[in-house]
Amino acid sequence: MSGEKVQLWRRLAVTAALLGTARAHARAFYNFQRPVTPIAHDVLYIHDLFLVIIAVLFTGGLGALLYSAIAHSRRRNPNPATFTQPVGRKQWLWASVPFAVLLVIDYVVLGIPALHSILALADTNDAQMTVKVTAHQWHWQYQYPVYGIGFSSNLSTPQAQIEDRAPKDKHFLLEVDHPLVLPTHEKIRLILASTDVIHAFWVPSFGIKQDVVPGYLRETWVEIEKPGTYRGQCAELCGVGHAFMPIVVVAKSPADFQQWVSQEQSREAAVRATATETLTQAQLMARGQAVYLKNCAACHQANGMGLTGAFPPIAAGRPFNASPQMLAALKSLGFYANGVIVEGPVAKHIRIVLHGIPGTPMPSWSSLSALDIAAVITFERNSFGNHTGEVIEPAQVAAAESGH
Amino acid sequence: MSAVNSAAAHPEEHHDLPRGMKRWLYATNHKDIGTMYLVFGTLMLFVGGLLAELIRSELMTPAMRVLSPEAYNQVITVHGLVMVFAAVMPLTAGLANYLIPLMIGAPDMALPRLNNWGFWLLPPAAVLLVLPWGLKLLGIGTGTIDTGWTMYAPLSTQSGPGADFAFVAVLLLGLSSTMASINILVTVLNQRAPGMTMMKVPLFAWSWVITALLLIAVFPALMAGSIMQITDRHFGTHFFSAAGGGDPVLWEHIFWFFGHPEVYILLLPTAGVLPHVLSTFSRKPIYGYEAQVYSFCAIGVMSIVVWAHHMFTSGMPTAANIYFMLSTMAISIPVAVLFFCWFGTLWRGSMTFETPMLFALGYIVLFGIGGLTGLVLSDAAADQQYHNTYFLVAHFHYALFGGPVMGLFAAFYYYLPKMTGRMFSERLGRWHFWLTLIAFNVVFLPQFLLGIAGMPRRIPDYALQFAPLNLVSSLGAFVLGATQLLFLYNVLRTVFGKSGTKATDRVWEGAQGLEFTLPSPPPFHTFSTPPVTE
Repeated sequence: MSGEKVQLWRRLAVTAALLGTARAHARAFYNFQRPVTPIAHDVLYIHDLFLVIIAVLFTGGLGALLYSAIAHSRRRNPNPATFTQPVGRKQWLWASVPFAVLLVIDYVVLGIPALHSILALADTNDAQMTVKVTAHQWHWQYQYPVYGIGFSSNLSTPQAQIEDRAPKDKHFLLEVDHPLVLPTHEKIRLILASTDVIHAFWVPSFGIKQDVVPGYLRETWVEIEKPGTYRGQCAELCGVGHAFMPIVVVAKSPADFQQWVSQEQSREAAVRATATETLTQAQLMARGQAVYLKNCAACHQANGMGLTGAFPPIAAGRPFNASPQMLAALKSLGFYANGVIVEGPVAKHIRIVLHGIPGTPMPSWSSLSALDIAAVITFERNSFGNHTGEVIEPAQVAAAESGH
Repeated sequence: MSAVNSAAAHPEEHHDLPRGMKRWLYATNHKDIGTMYLVFGTLMLFVGGLLAELIRSELMTPAMRVLSPEAYNQVITVHGLVMVFAAVMPLTAGLANYLIPLMIGAPDMALPRLNNWGFWLLPPAAVLLVLPWGLKLLGIGTGTIDTGWTMYAPLSTQSGPGADFAFVAVLLLGLSSTMASINILVTVLNQRAPGMTMMKVPLFAWSWVITALLLIAVFPALMAGSIMQITDRHFGTHFFSAAGGGDPVLWEHIFWFFGHPEVYILLLPTAGVLPHVLSTFSRKPIYGYEAQVYSFCAIGVMSIVVWAHHMFTSGMPTAANIYFMLSTMAISIPVAVLFFCWFGTLWRGSMTFETPMLFALGYIVLFGIGGLTGLVLSDAAADQQYHNTYFLVAHFHYALFGGPVMGLFAAFYYYLPKMTGRMFSERLGRWHFWLTLIAFNVVFLPQFLLGIAGMPRRIPDYALQFAPLNLVSSLGAFVLGATQLLFLYNVLRTVFGKSGTKATDRVWEGAQGLEFTLPSPPPFHTFSTPPVTE
């Protein structure tokens, strides 16, 4: 403990000493994370400039205040002056100097680099690739339209670590099951959409933070200069899972990226093939439980009891109360009657998972494979005290998905 | 004239000091209402502080230990709403009620019954913010509002019934503030003693004139927005829902159109107290009185046209980002004028460092850090990195604790002997100041570094690289919280204690102003005959 403290003080001292040359120590804990895009370099430059300027202004101001407090104390200066404003042209001129300096700092020293990077940030033209980023409560989904691939990216830190029942990994809360993979040295346009509330896409090493607003498409761009793993997270309060939707980007050289694309394409083809498989109830239940815990439990809870007022229970027979819109939707779908949750029809269950319930927080899960959706519905209909005994096969989901 | 006299003769009998609950419930006397505001604000300062300690307890170490994520979101939201609306605003309004009539030589506020109503809307509003927690204990609802104090849609549309309580609370607070503002404005414009022209009005009263104008200009926007939120939630409108043709960003504009001037609404009254304190303890007249008045006006006007610098990452057009950046930078000029005048007042004075002076100097230093980091945040490009991180959290705590709260402590210590007729313990006051100054910096300096290193705000749990600085910040917060008990003890001791030195009428050797020509404490009614200022 004391060793840690000593080290902390040493670090703070180093921070102070190296303020002016902070750029050379860009990876230290008190500075921005390593910048790897043109925008991030710009922003770090502005930040360093700012720090120097405000450090000088603050030191000057504090120095004047301390000097005055000592030199103009009653003991040293028993007869106070009586001036109340500058007198004469010379004094007025001197008095206006600080403001002239401030104007130059505002609009020249800081303003010009700022304008430069605002314009650079806004320029998403000439991108070599476009990736669509969709924010959900509480995970990210990435799609590569040119390659026809896409996947969800969920926090992979186990709940036990969050609840302090297990030792924490190095990348606690900043690790995912399926990172966003991007090529280096290519200008990539990110199109951002949200299916529920406002989120914000933020990767510190890229120097960008873009709010993701439901109903609108936002865009930004990156051009990563070094292969590596870059970690960020949602930066706009989006509900109870806000702290638990990290962004992990793996940057690969263009050649490695192409290799990853073909791997991913064959992986997804294999997943699509599972849509025609027929599984036993036990297989579906096992898979469904895993899918449920990863995707559904954040709202509907691991025990299927939901959260009063917000997220309905999966367990039939449980009382539930929430907004009129949600209750009306659940009722018309056949999942709610007389104040309790009931076991609704299979077709409607598939529809809810595939398309979500508009006007409520329930999102569309069409990014999951037909197999996963079939498994999770089978699991939900045979767990938490539910006992329809039904088995939903991937083919049923695939049929619903294609509209047959 | 005689009709006026005979009409005045009758109520004269009722003007004897009322007793018991009636005195407070039916209060129309500005000193009583001012006192109630101050008591209420102080109480809520401790409620908000307790919530802050809960936040820091959860953040002391990684992993969820103290609060659930739901509860954490509710605690941060109510901490923000309580501190802004129920603590700092009522405290500054309390000072205005108590002091402005004394400073301008008026017998009372212009609209005493409105004054009563304005105050008594506050306690129900505060109850509405915390009542949902009580209801939850009884199994009703999901607790209080959990959206952050900015109440961004559509998260607020999705939120539980606590959000309805909060929006209704905002409506009550808005009504209360608007009434108080109209009252203060009318009082300063109409009730000044003969000979006191506007350019002789004490700076504290001037700062409240601008504050009141701002409140009247911007609070209605937030109230209208709150009603839109309520109708979106319950009556099928889609103001903020893109699915129905609305726009979530519209709420951000409405909120910050109110929210940015609100920063100056919190700040200006204490920026108005500061010159009084600095001048008293440097035994030198206020430097740049006119410059400060014009700065207040400039800050007031500018604060209304810069709101979207809170939204640089929301996806506004480039031209808007540039406009809001350049206009925000311009505010640095009138604020710098205030700093210049504060320095000018101290320069070549004959200073002593009693507790109010210490807090005033602390204000200059801490608010200086808040202001300088605000300059950094005005940069629309760099803001991509700072926005919604702990850098921002540290910045606005330096601006709002370092400014208004330090200023309120300065004002409390400065006027407490005038209000109670007894001196407080100078020794305890100094302990309070130094511990507050040190602990405050231990809490918030690490938060600048956390934000720069990449820690977002409003998260109940964080990655391991943020752990050491969070621990430091939390330990500082516990000391900062405990230190405020010293303040409470010192105030209670002065108010209720029998011992203690009696305060003179002038209280402080260098104090100027009509309020210091009255006895300490001032009688129930003052300036029934207006004083004459030349």
